[in-house]
Amino acid sequence: MPDLEQAVDGKGEQSGAKARFFMRFTREQRTLHAVLFTTFLGLAATGLPMRFSQSIFARKFASGVGGFGTIIFFHKFFALVLTIAFLIHLKEIFMRGVIHREKGIFWGSTSMVANWKDVKDLVGHLRWMMGLGPKPQFERYAYWEKFDYWAVFWGMIVIGFSGYAMWFAPFFARFLPGWALNAVLVVHSEEGLLAILFIFSIHFVNTHLRPDSFPMDMVVFTGVESEEEFKHKRTEEYERLARQGKLEARVAAAPALWQVNFSKIVGFTAIAIGLTLLVLTLSAYFI
Amino acid sequence: MKTVSSITLTLAVSTFLFFATPRALVAQTDCLGCHGDTSMQDASGHNVGVDAHKFGESIHGVLKCGDCHTTIKDYPHPDQVTPVKCDTCHADEAAGLVGSVHASRAEHPCTSCHGDAHSIFPKTDPRSAVYPLNVPHTCGACHGNDAMAKKHGLPNVYPMYIDSIHGFALSKEGLLVAANCQSCHGSHHILSHTDPLSSTYKVNVPKTCGKCHAGITANYESGVHGKAVAAGHLDAPVCSDCHTAHAIEQPTAAAFRMQSTPICGNCHKEKFSTYRDTFHSQLGSLGGYVETARCWDCHGAHEILPASDPRSPIAPANLVKTCGRCHAGANASFVKYQPHANARNRKLNPALYYVTLFMNLLLIGVLTFFMIHTLLWLIRSRYDQIKARAAKGGKNA
Repeated sequence: MPDLEQAVDGKGEQSGAKARFFMRFTREQRTLHAVLFTTFLGLAATGLPMRFSQSIFARKFASGVGGFGTIIFFHKFFALVLTIAFLIHLKEIFMRGVIHREKGIFWGSTSMVANWKDVKDLVGHLRWMMGLGPKPQFERYAYWEKFDYWAVFWGMIVIGFSGYAMWFAPFFARFLPGWALNAVLVVHSEEGLLAILFIFSIHFVNTHLRPDSFPMDMVVFTGVESEEEFKHKRTEEYERLARQGKLEARVAAAPALWQVNFSKIVGFTAIAIGLTLLVLTLSAYFI
Repeated sequence: MKTVSSITLTLAVSTFLFFATPRALVAQTDCLGCHGDTSMQDASGHNVGVDAHKFGESIHGVLKCGDCHTTIKDYPHPDQVTPVKCDTCHADEAAGLVGSVHASRAEHPCTSCHGDAHSIFPKTDPRSAVYPLNVPHTCGACHGNDAMAKKHGLPNVYPMYIDSIHGFALSKEGLLVAANCQSCHGSHHILSHTDPLSSTYKVNVPKTCGKCHAGITANYESGVHGKAVAAGHLDAPVCSDCHTAHAIEQPTAAAFRMQSTPICGNCHKEKFSTYRDTFHSQLGSLGGYVETARCWDCHGAHEILPASDPRSPIAPANLVKTCGRCHAGANASFVKYQPHANARNRKLNPALYYVTLFMNLLLIGVLTFFMIHTLLWLIRSRYDQIKARAAKGGKNA
């Protein structure tokens, strides 16, 4: 996975007087996000009926697809695909951060690792929301984006481990205590529920549905964002790049029309499925 | 022409002689001269015809009419005749009816079950209304009738029975040994299930079913439920509490497996609730996959024994084998899994209790914090947006 400056394909230099676009996500990062949300939607759609197996929607869904056998088959299938994607991501981080000793993977302004600025940003952001201070300016990854990333990272390990412990229970029983075999179901379903509720409400709103991005932030699909948006959303990164004279290197071609349309279809479908699942999840507590 | 006239005259004279003088009725043919016309009706419109051929073949075919119709001795006989008393010969059956649910002769004459009085066959004859394969249909004439069921406060049992495993064995397979109504209820001395002497009284049910299901009954009687019932604990279940009385299904069938755990849950509420928390139940509720463990897959169905009994499938020494029936590779540590762990009970399952508590706090904590965070952010962003547009003279001004 190349760094952003190297990922730009050179066409951007001709953009001239028109609105300039800047690279934010590499093709690999966008692919990872696509695999992540596709498998996540699949896991949520097949996991929820199991979690709320007494509810009407779960039984209707199960009888519609041919019963529990079908549901668990696809749940395991999506789990395997997501596991592979996660392992590829770990390998990338290892290669970039440890083997190639790339700066900015584990620390600094472009790292996903939380730092003191994130704490200050969180406090400052909350103060700004309540009208108690100025709006903080963000670097490449804002604190809520880092939280999203680490929530998924922690979730992958927790849900993945507990899931495989149930899948291969006799094997895991060799080194897990007896009570852990009971606990893995609780952990798996609670953490899964947290992930579903978090992604389909908070992540959707924070990233896509809030006024600054409404109705959808296309950057994770097209990989690029306009200069105005870049400057407004990640002012510190923009200014740092300008200071360092690296801004030009990040200029990329405007997204093609098909790319925008395709992204919209995929993105809105994902959001629609997610919101449907959110409603079903919440309804399961009442029906 | 002359010959014909003389024959006519002879017939007319003999007919006149036959009807004009009172004479004793001795042979069947004497009566069948009139009643042999099967469409014959009396003054009030009742059919009084007799199918001579069928009657001849019936079990009473060798009797003379006067053996039953004892008050009719001569012809012509009065229009009103006294009803036939079957008791005269069938004294034992008549005695059986006394005190039974069908004791009222006015409501339940013998013919209501045995059919037309002149075509009664032995119960081993397929033409008999009480031949084993015909019994449900015969009883169903009343007990398959909604109005009758409602009037007597009884369930309409015929449809339940006929779709049950017994009903199928009888109607589809034609099995003479399949339980029909009288196999369980008896025939003449039928008592209400509330009567301690009834074959369907709760305590007597295992013995009644055991007439055919001898092996199962023996198992049941040595299990906890059988022992409890024998000791007078009428809360404990007998056969019909789990299998129902009439709508009995094949227990291995998907439909029965799907509806079965709540039956045990009726009494074992705590165990049912903790079972509901497990993966076994979650999968089991979804349908299409009925193999997941139900109560008796682990506990056994009839010879249910406590875990302290070394013969019990849930005795510690037998767990690997019991769990291994579904879970290939089950081992000693695998069976430490608690199928009824209670995450709400800190004393019994401390580890599970704290794991659940942690997960719930994590879930509530994260969601609460970010709900507030996101809501504030939404309000503030929208406020800024409107202000910015207003400054530009936009539509949100």
